[in-house]
Amino acid sequence: SDLTLQPPFRPHSTSSSSSEKVDGFTRKSVRKAQRQRKSQGSSQYRTQSAPVELSPLPQLKDTPSAEQQELFMQKLNQCCVLFDFLDSVTDLKSKEIKRATLNELVEYVSTYRGVLVESAYPDITNMICTNIFRALPPSDNPDFDPEEDEPTLEVSWPHMQLVYEFLLRFLENPDFQPSIAKRHIDQKFVLQLLELFDSEDPRERDFLKTILHRIYGKFLGLRAFIRKQINNIFLQFIYETEHFNGVAELLEILGSIINGFALPLKAEHKQFLMKVLIPLHTAKSLALFHAQLAYCVVQFLEKDPTLTEPVIRGLLKVWPKTCSQKEVMFLGEIEEILDVVEPTQFKKVQEPLFKQISKCVANAHFQVAERALYFWNNDYILSLIEENIDKILPIMFGSLYRISKEHWNPTIVALVYNVLKTLMEMNCTLFDELTSSYKAERQRFVTKTFFVYNSLCLRLRTPTWS
Amino acid sequence: MAGADGDDSLYPIAVLIDELRNEDVQNDTETQLYSLKMYSIIHIFYNTIYDEDEVLLALAEQLGNFTMLVGGPEYVHCLLPPLESLATVEETVVRDKAVESLRKISQEHSPVDLEVHFEPLVKRLASGDWFTSRTSACGLFSVCYPRVSSTVKAEIRQHFRTLCSDDTPMVRRAAASKLGEFAKVLEPEYVKSDIISLFTALASDEQDSVRLLAVEACVSIATLLPQEDLETLVMPTLRQAAEDKSWRVRYMVADKFSELQKAVGSEITKNDLVPAFQNLLKDCEAEVRAAAANKVKEFCENLPEDNREQIIMTHILPCVKELVSDTNQHVKSALASVIMGLSTILGKDNTIEHLLPLFLAQLKDECPEVRLNIISNLDCVNEVIGIRQLSQSLLPAIVELAEDAKWRVRLAIIEYMPLLAGQLGVEFFDEKLNTLCMAWLIDHVYAIREAATCNLMKLVEKFGAEWAQNTIVPKVLGMANDPNYLHRMTTLFCINALSEACGQEITTKQMLPVVLKMSNDQVANVRFNVAKSLQKIGPVLDSNALQTEVKPVLEKLATDSDMDVKYFAQEAITLQS
Repeated sequence: SDLTLQPPFRPHSTSSSSSEKVDGFTRKSVRKAQRQRKSQGSSQYRTQSAPVELSPLPQLKDTPSAEQQELFMQKLNQCCVLFDFLDSVTDLKSKEIKRATLNELVEYVSTYRGVLVESAYPDITNMICTNIFRALPPSDNPDFDPEEDEPTLEVSWPHMQLVYEFLLRFLENPDFQPSIAKRHIDQKFVLQLLELFDSEDPRERDFLKTILHRIYGKFLGLRAFIRKQINNIFLQFIYETEHFNGVAELLEILGSIINGFALPLKAEHKQFLMKVLIPLHTAKSLALFHAQLAYCVVQFLEKDPTLTEPVIRGLLKVWPKTCSQKEVMFLGEIEEILDVVEPTQFKKVQEPLFKQISKCVANAHFQVAERALYFWNNDYILSLIEENIDKILPIMFGSLYRISKEHWNPTIVALVYNVLKTLMEMNCTLFDELTSSYKAERQRFVTKTFFVYNSLCLRLRTPTWS
Repeated sequence: MAGADGDDSLYPIAVLIDELRNEDVQNDTETQLYSLKMYSIIHIFYNTIYDEDEVLLALAEQLGNFTMLVGGPEYVHCLLPPLESLATVEETVVRDKAVESLRKISQEHSPVDLEVHFEPLVKRLASGDWFTSRTSACGLFSVCYPRVSSTVKAEIRQHFRTLCSDDTPMVRRAAASKLGEFAKVLEPEYVKSDIISLFTALASDEQDSVRLLAVEACVSIATLLPQEDLETLVMPTLRQAAEDKSWRVRYMVADKFSELQKAVGSEITKNDLVPAFQNLLKDCEAEVRAAAANKVKEFCENLPEDNREQIIMTHILPCVKELVSDTNQHVKSALASVIMGLSTILGKDNTIEHLLPLFLAQLKDECPEVRLNIISNLDCVNEVIGIRQLSQSLLPAIVELAEDAKWRVRLAIIEYMPLLAGQLGVEFFDEKLNTLCMAWLIDHVYAIREAATCNLMKLVEKFGAEWAQNTIVPKVLGMANDPNYLHRMTTLFCINALSEACGQEITTKQMLPVVLKMSNDQVANVRFNVAKSLQKIGPVLDSNALQTEVKPVLEKLATDSDMDVKYFAQEAITLQS
C-alpha cells in the first residue's frame, strides 16, 4: 500500500504543506521525496575552535625523492583537518585542497614503492582514524525501513571515500608490513571499524567490508578478536536492538572466513553456527541478509556434514509462523541445504523436515506453497525422496491430496497434480493404500460432521442435510 | 505446542495432578510429599515444552508466585533449578522474567537457605560460559547481598567486579545497569573503594551503549556519597559524559539532567551543570538538544533560589531564545511543551519582557505541534500575566490549527477549546471561536464531529443553559434539515450530549419535536439513531411527554421495515417501560 497511517506527532516527521496530504495520511511517496531531499547526515563535524584554512602544498611527483617522505607526512597532517559538509558554502577552497591532496595520497601509496617506511605508519593511521572514526549520527528516520526507504548518505563522503580508498591501498601495498602496522591497527582500531558497519550509507559499508576482510587476512593475531566482536554485534542485534545496518556485509565476510576453517571444526565455530547464525533467522529484517546468511550456513554444512541435523532442527524451531515472505526464504535455504546434504544425514531429519514441508505445501499463501512444491523440480531432492519414499509419502500424502482438491490457486493445483503423479510413480502400491485409507478417513469425518450438524439442526428445528 | 505426538510425554503430569487433586494434606510429611510432586510437575513440564518462548515466559513469571504451592518458604528453594535454567535462555524477555521471579523468591528464603541454595546459584550464573547466565547474575547480587555473611559478601563483590570487566559488552551493559542498585546495598566504605572505580571504568568503556548506562548509575552513586567527595569522585566522570563523543551518551546526560542536578546539589550545579546544560542546549545533534530542551523548566525550577533569576536570565534564556528558531521541529516542540512554565519562575515583568516574544514566535511556528504545545500549556501563563496579553496572536494560531489538514491536529485543538473558553471568557468566545466550534460539527471526519459534540457539552456546562439556548441549540437543530444524512445524525448526537446539560425545558420544548420529526427520515441510520436518542434523552423528559409523544413514535419505529431500526426501537421501549 502506498498510504501509511502516520501518527500525529512523531518525532522528526518533516512538516509538509497541506496540499501534499490526504487528511491525516501522507502519501509515502511524498514523505520519501522529502526525506531524499535532506537525507544526508554526519555526526563527524563538531565545532572546532577556529576555522583552519588549508594552503596547497607542492605536488609529490614534482618533489625530489629525498624530500618526498617529509612532504608525504605534511600532506597526511593536512588531511587531519575536518570540514563541515552540512554547510555547503564555507571552506570551499580548503575542502577542494584536501580532496586533491587525498587523491594524491591514494595515488602515492598505490603506485610508488618504498613509501611505507616504519616512521610513516603512525601518521598514516592517525590520518585514517581522525577521518573515519566517529559516532554515527542518529538516524534521520527513526522507523527507517532499509527495504523501502532511501538511506541517509554520509555528507562528508567526498573526503571520506578517498580516505577509505587510501586505507585500502595502504593495506594492499606490497611493502605493507603487518608486524609494524599491528601496533596501530590493533583491537581498538578493529572495534571502531566494526562500529562503522552500522552506517546507513551502503557505499561506506561496502568499503568497510573489503577493508575488514583484508585486515582479517593480514593480521593473524586479530582474527579471533574480530570473530568474537562480530559475534557480539550479532547477539546484540538479535536479542537487544534488532537494529544494525551492516549485518549483510559482516555475513559476507564470514562466508569467506568459514570457507577457510580448519577441520575438525573448533567448538567455538560450532557454537557460532548454533547460537548466533540460527537465531539470526528470527530477525524481522531477515530479507536484508538472508542470502548471505544461507550461504554461511551451507558453508558450515559443506565443511562438516554432521551439523546437518542440528541445523535443520534449529531452523524448524525458529520456522516463521505468520510471515509468508520469510517462510519462502526459509524454504529457499532448506533447498540449498538439501542440495549438499549427504543421504545418511538426510535420513536423520527427513521426518520433522517433511512434516514442515507438508504444512508449507498446504499453505494458503500460494508463494509459500509454490516454493515448497518446487522442491520436486530438483533432481537431487527427488532422488532423496525416492530413496525414502516409504517414510516421506505418508507424511506428504494428506496435504497433497487435500490441496489437489481444495487449493484456491489453479497454478498450485496443477503443480500438486504433477507432484502426486511423481510420487505415485515412485511407489504405486503405497500410494493406492494411502488413497483408500485417506478416503475412508475422509468419509468418517464427513459422516461425523453431518451427524453433528444434523443433530444441531434437529434441535433448532431447521431442515437437515440429507 | 504439545501436538498429537507430544501427548504421551504429558501423561506423567496428568497422573501427578490427579494424585494431588485427591490428596488431603494434613501433616508435615504429606506437605513434603506434596511439594515433591509439585516439583516433579514443574520439572516434567519444563523438560517437555522447553522450546516455546511464550510458554517459557509464562512459566518464568508463574514460578515467582509458587512459594505457597510448593509448601511455603521452607521449600521455596525447590523452585530454583527451573528458574536457573530459565535465567540462561537466549530470549531476553524470558530471562528477565526469570530474574524477576528469582528476585522475588529470594525474599522468601531464610538467611540460611539464601546462603545454602540461592547464593551458590548466583555464583554459578556469574561464572557461566555463555553470556546469558552472566547477564542474569548481574540482577541478583543486590537482592542477596544484604542478607549474607561478610565472607559471602566479599565473594559477591568480587563477582560483580569481574562482570563489570567482562569481555562481552552484553554482560558489561547488564552490570552497568545494575551498578546503581548494587551501590545502594553496599556499605559506605565499599561504595568508595569498589563502586567508584567500577563506575569510572564503565563510564569510559569503549562501547557507548555501556557508557550511557553509567550515566544512569551516576545519579544513584552521587546520592550515596557525602557532598565533599562528589567533586573528586563523581564530577570528572560526569563532565566527561556531558562531552562524550557519542551523541547517545550526551543524550542520556540531557535526559537525566534533573535527577543529576538533584543528586549533586546546588553548589556543583552552579559551577558545573549550568555550563554543561548550556552546551547540551547547543549540541550539534538535534536529539540531544531536544532532550535538553525538555528539561529547561525542571532545571530552572531546581536552581538554588538565591540567584536563580540571574542564572536563568544570563545563561539559560539566551540558549532558549536560539532554540525557538531551531532548525529541527522536534527540538522546538520539546521546548514549546515546557517554555510556558518559565513564566511562573521568572514572574510577571520578565515574562512580559522576555518570554512573551518567544511564546508569540512559537505560536506562529510553521509546525502545528509546536503551536499546540504552547496552547495546551496556556494555563501557566494565565496565572502570571493573564491570557489577554496573548489573545491577539492566539486567535490566528487557533484558527489555523482548527483548519489543519491533519484531523489529529484538529482533534487536539478541539480538546483545548473548553479550557480556552474558560480562560478567554464568554464574550471573546462568542465573537471569535463559536463559528469554529460549529464548523467542526460538519467536519468530514467522524472523530472530529464526535469530539465537536462532546466539546459543545463541555461548553454548555461552562457557560450555562441560557447561553446554549441562544447560541448553540438553534444552529444544532437547524442541521436537522440538512440534505446530508451525516449532518442530520450529528444533530441527534448533539442532542444526546446536550439534553442533560440543557435541562428538561429546553429538551422537551425544542429538542424533542425535532427528534420526533426525524423519525420519518428516509435514511434508516437516521431513524435508528432517533430511537437511540429517544432512549438517551428519556430520563430528562417528564412522564407525560414520554407517554404521549415518545411512546407512539417508538412503537411506530418498532414496526419499521428496517431490521436495525426495529431492534433499537424495541430496545428503547423495553428500557423505558
